[in-house]
Amino acid sequence: MIVPRPKEPIFYAALAAPYLIITLVSVPVLSGLLGTLLPALGYLPALGGNHFSLSAFTQLFAEPGITRSMLLSLWIGLAATIISTLSSAAILGAGFGTRSWAILTRFLSPILSIPHAAAAFGLAFIIMPSGFVSRIISPELTGWVNPPDVLIPNDPYALSLIFGLVIKEVPFLLLMLMAAVGQVDAQRSFNMSSALGYGRLAAFSHVLWPQLYRQIRIAVFAVLAFSASVVDVSLILGPTTPPPLSVNLVRWMNDPDLSYRFLASAGAMVQLALVILLFGLWLILERAGGGFRAYVALTGRRYANDSWLIKIIQFKAWLLTALVLSGIALLGLWSVSALWQFPDALPSGLTLSAWMRAAPSIASPLWATFVLGLLSSALATILCVLCLANIEKNATTYKVMALSLSLPLIVPQTAFLFGLQIAALKSGIGYGYGALILTHLIFVAPYVFLSLSHAWESLDPRYEQMSQALGKSRSRTLLAIRLPLMLRPILTAFAVGFAVSAGLYLPTLLIGAGRLPTITTEAVALASGANRRTIGVYAFLQSIIPFIGFALAFAMPAWLFRNRAAMQAA
Amino acid sequence: MVNHGSLETKDHALKKLLTALSLGLMLSTSAFAANVDPANWPAVLEDAKGETVYWNAWGGADNINAYIAWAGSEIEKRYGVKLVHVKLDDTAAAVAKVVAEKAAGKNEGGSVDLIWINGENFASMKKQDLLLAKGWAEKLPNWKYVDFDGKPTVRTDFTVPVEGQESPWGMAKLVFFHDTAKTKDVDMPKSAADLLAWAEKNPGRFSYPMPPDFIGSSFLKQVLSETIADKTKLLAAVNEAEFADVSKPLFDYLDKLNPNLWRKGKSFPQNYPDMKRLMADGEVDITFAFNPADASAAITAGELPNTVRSFTFPGGTLGNTHFVGIPYNANATAGALVLADFLISPEAQSRKQDPKVWGDPTVLNMAAVSAEEKAVFDGLDLGIATLKPDQLGPALDEPHPSWMVRIETEWKRRYGAAN
Repeated sequence: MIVPRPKEPIFYAALAAPYLIITLVSVPVLSGLLGTLLPALGYLPALGGNHFSLSAFTQLFAEPGITRSMLLSLWIGLAATIISTLSSAAILGAGFGTRSWAILTRFLSPILSIPHAAAAFGLAFIIMPSGFVSRIISPELTGWVNPPDVLIPNDPYALSLIFGLVIKEVPFLLLMLMAAVGQVDAQRSFNMSSALGYGRLAAFSHVLWPQLYRQIRIAVFAVLAFSASVVDVSLILGPTTPPPLSVNLVRWMNDPDLSYRFLASAGAMVQLALVILLFGLWLILERAGGGFRAYVALTGRRYANDSWLIKIIQFKAWLLTALVLSGIALLGLWSVSALWQFPDALPSGLTLSAWMRAAPSIASPLWATFVLGLLSSALATILCVLCLANIEKNATTYKVMALSLSLPLIVPQTAFLFGLQIAALKSGIGYGYGALILTHLIFVAPYVFLSLSHAWESLDPRYEQMSQALGKSRSRTLLAIRLPLMLRPILTAFAVGFAVSAGLYLPTLLIGAGRLPTITTEAVALASGANRRTIGVYAFLQSIIPFIGFALAFAMPAWLFRNRAAMQAA
Repeated sequence: MVNHGSLETKDHALKKLLTALSLGLMLSTSAFAANVDPANWPAVLEDAKGETVYWNAWGGADNINAYIAWAGSEIEKRYGVKLVHVKLDDTAAAVAKVVAEKAAGKNEGGSVDLIWINGENFASMKKQDLLLAKGWAEKLPNWKYVDFDGKPTVRTDFTVPVEGQESPWGMAKLVFFHDTAKTKDVDMPKSAADLLAWAEKNPGRFSYPMPPDFIGSSFLKQVLSETIADKTKLLAAVNEAEFADVSKPLFDYLDKLNPNLWRKGKSFPQNYPDMKRLMADGEVDITFAFNPADASAAITAGELPNTVRSFTFPGGTLGNTHFVGIPYNANATAGALVLADFLISPEAQSRKQDPKVWGDPTVLNMAAVSAEEKAVFDGLDLGIATLKPDQLGPALDEPHPSWMVRIETEWKRRYGAAN
């Protein structure tokens, strides 16, 4: 690590940045965990819990349907993660270097920026028995005057929920894989393998995947934890009788009977245990998968004729993309549609009445969404830049920081938000923008860091070496060389952070006490069945807002560097 | 969005100090509230100016949300009171917040200023002393318009005496809807027993919102009221020893009904707007709401076709009043009072009764309002799908709130957890 020279105050600020991130992220998560653990064990003096006991757990396991709720969480976590990981691997393997892939990657960020809830709404309307697909083919092909009585979504085996998670997790993992693929010599590996007679997919699986997987492992664990404990998507697509554990937890937390807080806390700890169990299962699966891959490799079979499979995978990738995007488009259509009965393929007319009716109540959540998103992601981006500017990847501080940043991704939200809510209430900092910005920062910072660090590290170090060799100070080098070169990734990281913040449901709901509604909390509140036109308005807005961030991240460098040909987008 | 800090006037700070002192002296926790006396209305208006009222109200229907937004813009224009609608999916969540704040010792400056409430939640808040002291509602200037004699549920909420601790907002009556383009009026059931027979003949074409949704639980109470052997038992709290026996007809009924519901009872609509959506999607043939004008409002909004009509049970359906209540630790008590008063003004009430806006029946006495105001009410087009008041059939009394709680837990145990 280079010792900063005096007279460079920016680096003194930078020295504090990693510690600030570690504090701002790990302290709330860890203290929130403790704040959930204590009531789970019966200790919460404010509610008359003065001694430790396991009665909350006894009560929890006596709840009707609890076993099924827990099994559902495990099943959803495992199934969604396996399908997402394999799908994204297949899509990358089949597509890398092709034209189709180049076009597909342009859709990744927009799809990723669509909040889970909005994507889930869109999907629900496409696949339900009275949904869009069914309307197009009815009654002509099906003879259905009324939709068939089939339980989709909300099916008891959570298949629609898993599907809803997969369509959002695949683009996330693909984006992570894209960053990782830059670090390995992908094209030459493909060339060499194909020279040895291996098919494209076999080459990918034997040579590239092991290197790539190592780099995206933390993201896979994040997907695992997220899928097993997600609340908003479960509310929209998940089973209801009983729902997955996470949905029950939030209900108990909001029950007027305060003794349910103990139950909710115990449940949150069980949720944590389930996630840990899933991690264990995943480690076993990793070994099994690795063993299987090695076995297949050792057979020496080349699988050279895989073009049919590649076509199927590419078709699937496009299908998923089309599904998400058309879901959002349909939500937009719903928001302006007059009466639209089954089985009409299109609404009977168009009207702006839903928008006009929603307009007076949109302003304040819209404002809150922007304030929270802009401030939390600006804060996160500045902190991450300062960290990256100042610490080496091998430094202990860096490792501690990376570990802290992974906490909010792998600890289920319910497990620490409950405790954090009680702490926020007790300390009197609850409800306001301040508390919420800090809460959003916990979730925004990891994604900003993930998004930025790869680009930061892959910049050719010789630019800065040359600048310093020419006698420029480190601050000057940072400001004149590094930051302009990094502008695009920095803005992209900022946009990622903004999208994460705009999509946050549970943290906004719990820490904001519902008093600072955002477009997302409003949309999910409306999911409780309201008029599909209004859902359309909110979900459409929800999808457009983060997109604005990405559009800016794309347009700003182009405009700033309009006179710098070499700095235009590659 | 309002910056909270700017609202902390000197006056507020003084009140906080006084409250802190009175708390320190172990005085009543409602000392803060005592400063705001609705009998001295000019002082309330003065006090309310610049306050922000956080109104916790169910937010699942956009016509209602739009009405609340309108009320907010009106009281801001007229009294300088800002309104933030905290949209809930279950009123219990707001009760929970107040309970949690009381537990955490937050006896003033609470996060909830006004709650849209009745029945079980009112009973629970009243019992736990979570509401502003008695009597305020009947001291509001506009109380004189309220039909407290003609509408007994204005002073008795689910058998619990209101005692001026919540202010009436609207009247509710359970009404069913069907689409005459698909089903014939004569085929529509005339009682709960009829409805079961209809559902058995038309499996998958009826459902009810999943309890503890308010309307879903109300449906259970309707069936309970119709099937119970001794109706007088519903007037008192549940007697646990005989619950199984007394409620047996209800659950026998549901055992037969549920397998014939939409999705065979494995999934339920989340609330009554969700049922409306199911009807528009052609998934169910009969829906219901607690508002006689709901179908007309939905037709106007383009949510339902104009062939939908209403029907009720000749033997009677549940009827009640819904209210707004103020928590004991509200941060903007004066502002909440101003809003509660505005909500029972003839102007706000007639707008609310208009199906083009919401269609929720008024709590006012038409003999008490001025001739011009009465003309506005009389001039409202209640809509093609709305039954006239004399066609609505008798109103059944709401059971004691403990019944709702008890049958909700029993429902969850039987149907909400295992399939």
